[in-house]
Amino acid sequence: MDLLSLDLLGNALVSGLLLGAFYAAVTIGVSISFGMLDIVNIAHPAFIILGSYTAYIANTALGVDPILASIVLLPAFYLLGMAIYTIYDLAFERRGDASIRGLAFFFGLLFITEVALVLVFGVDYRLVEAPYIGPSLTLGPVDLPLRLLVPALVSLGLIGGLQLFMRHSFTGRAIQAVAQDPLALRLMAANPTRIKRIAFGLSIATASVAGAVLIVIQPVEPSIARDYIGRVFAICVMGGLGSFGGTIAAAMALGVVESLTSTFSGPSWSPAVAFGFLLLTLALRPAGLFGRS
Amino acid sequence: MRGPGFVALLLLAAALVFGAARLVDNPYAFFAGYVVLQYVVLATAWNILGGYTGYVNFGTAAFFALGAYTTVALHKLTSLPLPAMMLAGGIVSGAVGIGTGYLTLRLRGTYFSIATLAMAVVVQTLITNWSFVGGSRGAYVVRPAEVMGLDYVQYLFLLMLALAVIAIATARTIERARIGTGFAAIRDDEVAAEANGVPTLRLKLIATALSGGLMGMAGAPLPYYVTYLDPASGFSLSYAVNTIAMPLIGGTSSWVGPVIGAVLLGTLQQVASVTISSALSLLIVGLLLVGFVIAAPRGIIGWFGK
Repeated sequence: MDLLSLDLLGNALVSGLLLGAFYAAVTIGVSISFGMLDIVNIAHPAFIILGSYTAYIANTALGVDPILASIVLLPAFYLLGMAIYTIYDLAFERRGDASIRGLAFFFGLLFITEVALVLVFGVDYRLVEAPYIGPSLTLGPVDLPLRLLVPALVSLGLIGGLQLFMRHSFTGRAIQAVAQDPLALRLMAANPTRIKRIAFGLSIATASVAGAVLIVIQPVEPSIARDYIGRVFAICVMGGLGSFGGTIAAAMALGVVESLTSTFSGPSWSPAVAFGFLLLTLALRPAGLFGRS
Repeated sequence: MRGPGFVALLLLAAALVFGAARLVDNPYAFFAGYVVLQYVVLATAWNILGGYTGYVNFGTAAFFALGAYTTVALHKLTSLPLPAMMLAGGIVSGAVGIGTGYLTLRLRGTYFSIATLAMAVVVQTLITNWSFVGGSRGAYVVRPAEVMGLDYVQYLFLLMLALAVIAIATARTIERARIGTGFAAIRDDEVAAEANGVPTLRLKLIATALSGGLMGMAGAPLPYYVTYLDPASGFSLSYAVNTIAMPLIGGTSSWVGPVIGAVLLGTLQQVASVTISSALSLLIVGLLLVGFVIAAPRGIIGWFGK
């Protein structure tokens, strides 16, 4: 391999890792809802796009930094998540009918969000402005574009914060327990429905920040939510459902593979990579690369 | 009612539908009717897997578009008549259904659903990168003016009507046969069914192949209907949403449900996209889907007792 393609390879690897950190932030909400609560929220990517658009509005109308705006908006997304869980719980979980109709419910939410965004904003690509979009750091032959580096750091910070919360707070531990044994949780005087509502609220709250970093990395239009469904579930399953460390590792693996694919065979193939990964994971190792089988 | 009697009744109903469309004497009736019939086929096909066995398929668009692109490829290579192309499209989609099912149907139903979503994107990427069938630029198909003295759009309408009869007859036969009992056992308690000797994987594969094959057959005439096909329209998410919404709104427990749902929602959308806008009519479908799964879990047929 000559020097030029070695440079290309190095750059592809680095941007793959940065992209992977961002994919982890996109997936972390699903790791909570699907991995821990067993709620198949396929609408999660649509809430991420919603997060992109709220960051976009804050950025263009008020001139606020998109990532800062998304952090301010965390409580709003948290409440949205709690509201959705309340409906889901009343309509499906209590009736013991969560499978088909629950899936259709989230599929409907995905579709409604997408069509509503199309009606309000149209199908044009939208982008934001921030000082870190454009310049890049240069380390020897490798370029570190800040528009990838900042989102990667924010993503890792988000996941780190969540991990601390899950490890050290009573509510966090209760969330981890609720999927395993709701009855035991009730014996510890915690109400499983309330815990699940909080957890689902948290999972949707992550969509605010993930959406903001998404629109920093790439221009956004409503239908790109669909491209992320495959990525998100591929990473979540590969990462072993609900393990945060596994999610980061799987996200970075996918980021690197996608970045190599788009550098060496063209970007039009990269969606197929994620879904191909997912199909292979489901077929060969459904417990995930890092999960307990 | 016995099988042959039911099929005779269906054929009579189909003849009446065609006669009524001829009486309207407006070419648009055939254009709009074709779409409604296409949704009758898609919803019935989806329900064979989703309603009878409880496995949710989000990949309708992929099965449907595979049928359509099989026609595009055959149109360039051969001069086969359209019914033969429909059969070919059905075989391709049915085979893809078996493949996806074989990889994922051993897992929990959720994984199958996610895999079908994934499959739709993989297939779309392959078609977009395959220049023989037009790639991302799309493909043009020249439509003959008429076939055997019949206007071509009327011919397409008639083919879709025949396919709807086949799909409904298949669904009703399954419901009343031994295999339908097997499907219901899988839906109600798969582990218990397996323990009682129901060959669950084989039955699920049969359901996926039938369902996917019918979807492929429904997609095969599409290139002749639209005359220009590109991946974005062939793989449109609205196919997946509609085919899930229609059975769930009509009711999934019997063949009647998808038909009611498809006729109601299909007609509503045809009217709404002419009078309001197509984006808004899709929003209505989404809202109806969410509203029905929350408030009327057994669909419209649930309102009539039974």
